[in-house]
Amino acid sequence: MKLIAAMSGGVDSAVAAARAVDAGHEVTGVHLALSANPAKYRSGARGCCTIEDSHDARRAADVIGIPFYIWDMAEEFHDGVVEDFLSEYAAGRTPNPCLRCNEKIKFAAVLDRARAMGFDGVVTGHYARTRIGKQGKTLHRGLDHLKDQSYVLSVLTVEQISGAVFPLGDTTKIDIRAEADARGLAVAQKPDSHDICFVPSGDNAGWLRDRLGSDVGPIVDQSGVKIGEHKGAYTYTIGQRKGLGLTIPTPDGSPRFVLKIEPVTNTVVVGAREDLAITTMRGERAIWCGPSVDEKPHTGFVQIRAHGAALPCTYFFKDNLLIAILESPLLGLATGQAMVIYDGDRVVGSATICETQ
Amino acid sequence: MPSIYLDHAATTPMVESALIAMTEQASVLGNPSSLHTHGRSTRKSLEDAREILANELGCLPSEVIFTASGTEANNIALKGLYWAAGEFGKKVVVISSIEHHAILDPANWLASHEQAEVIELPVNPDGVIDCEFLANLVATRGSEIAVISIMHANNETGVIQPISEVVRIAGQIPVHTDAVQSFKKTPLSFSHLGVTAMTVSAHKIGGPLGIGALILKRAVEIPSLLHGGGQEREIRSGTLNAPGIVGFTTAASADYNSEEVCALRDRFVSSIQKLIPEARINGLAASRLPGIVNVTFPGTQSDTLLLLMDEQNISCSTGSACSAGVHEASHVLLAMGHSQTSAQSSLRFSFGATSTLQECDLVTSVLPDVIARGIAANNR
Repeated sequence: MKLIAAMSGGVDSAVAAARAVDAGHEVTGVHLALSANPAKYRSGARGCCTIEDSHDARRAADVIGIPFYIWDMAEEFHDGVVEDFLSEYAAGRTPNPCLRCNEKIKFAAVLDRARAMGFDGVVTGHYARTRIGKQGKTLHRGLDHLKDQSYVLSVLTVEQISGAVFPLGDTTKIDIRAEADARGLAVAQKPDSHDICFVPSGDNAGWLRDRLGSDVGPIVDQSGVKIGEHKGAYTYTIGQRKGLGLTIPTPDGSPRFVLKIEPVTNTVVVGAREDLAITTMRGERAIWCGPSVDEKPHTGFVQIRAHGAALPCTYFFKDNLLIAILESPLLGLATGQAMVIYDGDRVVGSATICETQ
Repeated sequence: MPSIYLDHAATTPMVESALIAMTEQASVLGNPSSLHTHGRSTRKSLEDAREILANELGCLPSEVIFTASGTEANNIALKGLYWAAGEFGKKVVVISSIEHHAILDPANWLASHEQAEVIELPVNPDGVIDCEFLANLVATRGSEIAVISIMHANNETGVIQPISEVVRIAGQIPVHTDAVQSFKKTPLSFSHLGVTAMTVSAHKIGGPLGIGALILKRAVEIPSLLHGGGQEREIRSGTLNAPGIVGFTTAASADYNSEEVCALRDRFVSSIQKLIPEARINGLAASRLPGIVNVTFPGTQSDTLLLLMDEQNISCSTGSACSAGVHEASHVLLAMGHSQTSAQSSLRFSFGATSTLQECDLVTSVLPDVIARGIAANNR
């Protein structure tokens, strides 16, 4: 196949590109410039698409021996990922920007552009697998469960999965580093990137405050009595216990947790741990990574964080909502996060959590 | 598909005689500043070379200051002439809006670090500077102007600028011209132009990389950027790169058939106009260098086109890229009145001494398909 390798300048995408070449594909490396004003150097494990990263990507492509170009996707990234991140927080939800980036940039803008230019697909360094069987090409967890990135890929449609190549899914991270070393790739020991790439300081709350303002609002208990103040409701997460700054203790001295964020009234609601418990979640904007789900209940697993546990559940799709009923209650679930359904290690699909109870 | 190089304005193959002369000189021992026989021998070759270059450029040998690049020569000229005039309180630097970054950036640096006021001359839609604007500026603020620097021909469009007219308007104000693209491609004489300073570079004319020259009028004294051994009129220190210089001047005295290159360019332009009628040739109505064609292909993005051309083994250029490698809208095309979108839909093809008719026709034969795919990728 004729493939575009999305190369971030990190070790995973470099080895993925090299493996695609070994597999006989005709590969062209592309580094996505996602920031309009990139920093010169990468600082620690945060951030990406610095000038240093683009040099690392170019160097890796040269060592592998493939053509290399830089695609400016800064506008698409800002509109599709950064703006979405801000508006989701402003609406009191907790979004996952990596998911959005895969959905709108890597396997949409890039894949579409690549296909229009005559390429067959996009190869990335994600730790996930695809299989071709009687259900068509399906998406599965990566072999290395600590690195498994199927969660952030759960926004890919069948059409997008058909154009995606993940050469690293069958290997552990530690082996990928060793392989990069053996291939003479200088990025072999480059630190993994963590956190949110467009918040290079790592201070999400501060970054949000700079952009959304810091309107002081009430922190109330479940009966609506004001017991404190906050500086921007969006800097809180459902289930959060620390950093609430409350001085009035509960009668029995038990800790309080954030139960709800109400953006319209700029109110944070707190309460007891047991009030966090939920057993049902509903998600909108469902995407199927394989055969679609209907009203008939199935048993499987739901995962609500990138590296969270797979929780046993019954799931079905009704009235345009993906519904998962948990076998045992879960404490603290923020709306805006993705609920990803698994059938064994196969990704069934995902939706954005809009309601819990 | 054979590999086709249409980026001669970026750099061009070395002339064989220059490669031989340079290699031979590299095997000769001796620092040209040394006083012994070895030194004198290298000095002899180097001064022969200086005379050859002076002869080609219509200047005195003593007016040639060898540098390590055109960029360095531009920096010495602009900063040096600015600092020299600073003694008289002159703080205005006049450049054009289409200068190469090797002038734009030193000018901006003078503004941010040395209290200069930079004024950019506008250009008309064909990319020619506005001499009337300059005349008004000189009439109203002439006594404040430290230096005027206008390129001889633009590197992106090939449009030749009216430097003699600039010199006439400037009167006593020092004028520098960046003639890196013009040298050998179009008649160029330092003395006929009457400029104070002029920049040329070896690798654009079939000489080696890493060597350039500033031609600076005799008896004009300017502060230097590099201090050291005082080689090159106390203006540019550093051991002279004898092999590079010999390679440079050998290339300078080699034949360049500008009529042949011009014919290729014209054939290419008329093919494009026939095959892709919506394409727009930038600077078409102006007097241009023989080798450069700058084309806007509406509905495309130039970085996509470059990739698709590269896939066909054809090397051309998108103009400039920022340090992160992201293609940016050309400031030259923007100054000519293009929108951001249109400026980012343009490619530069530059022909050189080694270009052939067959190459020209092969490129035009793949262009329609490349443009069609470029438009599809843009409309995704």
